[in-house]
Amino acid sequence: MSLYYVQKFLYELNRDEQVQAAYTADRHAPLEPYDLTDEEVRALTEPDIGLLFHLGVNGQILMHFAAFHQIEWQDYLQRMRDGIEEHGPVREGVYAMTGYEGTDAHAQRLGQGQTGSGPKGSDHVD
Amino acid sequence: MSLVYAGVCSHAPGITGRAEQADPEVRDAFYDAFHQMRADIEASGAEAIVVIAAEHFANFFMNNMPSFAIGMADFYDGPIEDPGWLKIDKFRAPGNKDLAQRLITEVMQTVDVSYAEEWKFDHGIAVPLHFLTPRFDLPVIPVNINCQGPPLTPLHRAWAFGEALRRAADSVPEKIAIVGTGGISHWPATPDSGKINEAWDLDFLERWCRNDKDALLDYDDLTVYADAGQGGFEIRTFLTVSAAAGGATGTVHFTAPIPIFAVSCTIASYDLAT
Repeated sequence: MSLYYVQKFLYELNRDEQVQAAYTADRHAPLEPYDLTDEEVRALTEPDIGLLFHLGVNGQILMHFAAFHQIEWQDYLQRMRDGIEEHGPVREGVYAMTGYEGTDAHAQRLGQGQTGSGPKGSDHVD
Repeated sequence: MSLVYAGVCSHAPGITGRAEQADPEVRDAFYDAFHQMRADIEASGAEAIVVIAAEHFANFFMNNMPSFAIGMADFYDGPIEDPGWLKIDKFRAPGNKDLAQRLITEVMQTVDVSYAEEWKFDHGIAVPLHFLTPRFDLPVIPVNINCQGPPLTPLHRAWAFGEALRRAADSVPEKIAIVGTGGISHWPATPDSGKINEAWDLDFLERWCRNDKDALLDYDDLTVYADAGQGGFEIRTFLTVSAAAGGATGTVHFTAPIPIFAVSCTIASYDLAT
């Protein structure tokens, strides 16, 4: 597990057009300086948004990576849900550290119904 | 001169990036409140705008994460996001290095702060500027509080930072506006995006308007996360403005959940005469 370096690569990619060009030309080459597991390399090169979220990548970093890959917003959200469904709860990072319990359990605890239903008084359109 | 304006606003990227997906009636009422905020800032005679944001790993990362940072450059480029995604064209906003250096020097007397002569604006600043200085004719001094990478800036330190910013603003001849940007409850960029705890938001805003220091500091991160999401950590920017307002009471000009924008969109300000 090297969540720090996964996020560090994405941080550099998100803010540096030269890194973006290098990644576009060869998705593996810009990853070489980083200490990543095979699973992390696979998640970054496919890319597998759901797996990256499961690994613990912060959404504020991940959403830009998804946009870079022209993944539409609703599709981006669904891929994260699918990642949790397929791989289990977030392993590490801010969502794990703070007790992220999954969308359905979270919504129920807040009394907001199942995932996809909004809080009282607002229309949920995620 | 002194602080001439203190307010807060939302900064979610959906405000511009997903505008067409929102209920037009609520969206346009929110936009109107944003435009009124611009008019109020212009009417204040502000000669610079200090934007206190909770940036999102655009400039600061966990290799060297400051609790507080202030920009000290003569210009700033943005947005860091793809312009087509954020629906804000690439821009260069004016800064004021000399003024920033004087403000930072004064803030440093009581609060340790990093400074940055290079800063790329992300949506946390770019979205507010899109509404508040659309012609980029007002010098911007960007400020960041770590609301993203734990361990986060303690709330009571954010309060002390706000007091230091007020003292610094009052120490320079220029008229200064301070605007805090961020969300209240929200779960941005996660599978829960769009969830909003409206009751929590209204309770927070009531504390904010009273400018009740004890009530505003009476939160802890685990509870905030449970009730208001990781986006709720951004209350640091709001309560920093409370501290800077020095006991003034405030008014919420607009607040309403706009789920496709992922937050209760809010515009509020303090009456500095109170």
